[in-house]
Amino acid sequence: MSTDTTQPLKARGVSVALDGRPVLRQVDLDVSAGEFVALLGANGSGKSTFVRAATGLIPMSGGTVELFGTPLAHFHERHRIGYVPQRSRAVAGVPATVHEVVMSGRLAHRRLFGWSTKADAAAVTAAISRVGLPDRTRSSLSELSGGQQQRVLIARALASEAELLVMDEPTAGVDHDNQESLAELLGGLVHEGTSVLLVAHELGPLRPLIDRAIVLHAGEIAYEGPCEGLVGEDHAHVHMHTGQPPIPEGLTGEGVWR
Amino acid sequence: MTEMLSYEFMQRALIAAVFTGLAAPAIGTFLVQRRLALLGDGIGHVALTGVALGLLTGFAPVLTAVVVAVAGAVVIELLRMFGRTSGDVALAILFYGGLSGGVLLTNLAGESAAKLNSYLFGSITTVSDGDLKVVAILAVLVIALAVGLSPQLFAVCQDEEHARVSGVPVRLYSILIAVLAAVTITVAMRTVGLLLVSALMIVPVAASQQLTRSFRTTHAAAMAIGLFAALGGVVSSYQINTQPGPTIVMLALAVFAVAALFGAAMRRLRGHRQPVDFARGDI
Repeated sequence: MSTDTTQPLKARGVSVALDGRPVLRQVDLDVSAGEFVALLGANGSGKSTFVRAATGLIPMSGGTVELFGTPLAHFHERHRIGYVPQRSRAVAGVPATVHEVVMSGRLAHRRLFGWSTKADAAAVTAAISRVGLPDRTRSSLSELSGGQQQRVLIARALASEAELLVMDEPTAGVDHDNQESLAELLGGLVHEGTSVLLVAHELGPLRPLIDRAIVLHAGEIAYEGPCEGLVGEDHAHVHMHTGQPPIPEGLTGEGVWR
Repeated sequence: MTEMLSYEFMQRALIAAVFTGLAAPAIGTFLVQRRLALLGDGIGHVALTGVALGLLTGFAPVLTAVVVAVAGAVVIELLRMFGRTSGDVALAILFYGGLSGGVLLTNLAGESAAKLNSYLFGSITTVSDGDLKVVAILAVLVIALAVGLSPQLFAVCQDEEHARVSGVPVRLYSILIAVLAAVTITVAMRTVGLLLVSALMIVPVAASQQLTRSFRTTHAAAMAIGLFAALGGVVSSYQINTQPGPTIVMLALAVFAVAALFGAAMRRLRGHRQPVDFARGDI
């Protein structure tokens, strides 16, 4: 693993407590430049909590996070991080077009009270083409399918010229064909040097792209290594810990176990 | 028409209606986008306590209302950010506290309920030159910030978490939106009244989004509808001898009804229906 200071993500001993309940305990996680890391685990295992803590959305109760070699609290080159939230958050209370949503990814490059520049417009057009939606630029987000909305959120991250994509369950509720095209898109991006930290329930067509898989169980790392080491086809995490109680103390009530 | 325009109070009423009609949807669009449509109502009730404070202390009620409404708006935002009270409970507390505080202080000031009534439901025909100046300055400020900062406010209201990760100062902009809403409410207080002001912030937006696809068009069309309703409401209230506030709101609701019917017909013609996704996954 690279110890180079431009390593996109370096997390050490990350602990998070929500409402006084420990949800993550001492998690170490790295994403190296150009690496595709999958963070797996059942609902309630703490995988979404980890990315939210690592991007500064929720406070940590312990540990450190460095983004591109800079401690999280002092990290200001925010455009280098492309956060792709869960798709259910895509549609707000007022209609917005694909172009408008992707343009909001350019904010870090824009000045207050300024018009968008030609560079902004070019980056937005390029990002929308990259995700294969050039004919939907003027469509309202709510007119698109789930898989297309997901691609719009990725385009928003690409428009900021992000070097690390942090994606929270991009495959959830997306049909197999759209998962295939998502895999093709992410494969191309990683090939060009983008790093990816992906949170997922199951890998599906993304599996061949993954350099390293990390399985969280009850807030701790239960497995780290290549996908081949995962037991079971796609629901590795579900079968891994047979013999252990499915819901450990302190984690009851969070999420739904399958 | 010319007879109506020859009255000075009607001239002032129409100018106040222009400012109110444009400013209320300009900021209201962001409240709808954030799904905080009832925030305006909560702040309106708090502003009532501000009015009563003015009546009690002898300061201009418009000024005390601005100060108290802005303070109330900031408290709501801070409660939403840091408090353990859920948003709707915080709003409910403001509704009751603001309304009872307003009535109580008015009683203490020895003023009649009728005086308070003119703020609750508006009394556009009693707008003075001084009031008009305050209304104009505040409305221009609200419109300039709501339109000028719309890329930032759009990003915060569209996806708060993405905006935070992208380094947008989300807390600052959230407070700004609440403060602009509070200022708008005091601007609109004399026109439509505190109890109905939220309608002028929300209904034009609800009407325009029946027919639009983009945020920018929705924003602009909502301001146009707000302007039409405010001016049309003042004129027709003069003609049919009704209170301007409720007349303005009914006119806005009529535009909404027409837009909703027209929008539904248009979507049916286009052959596909657009389900509106109100579900938001929270983990």
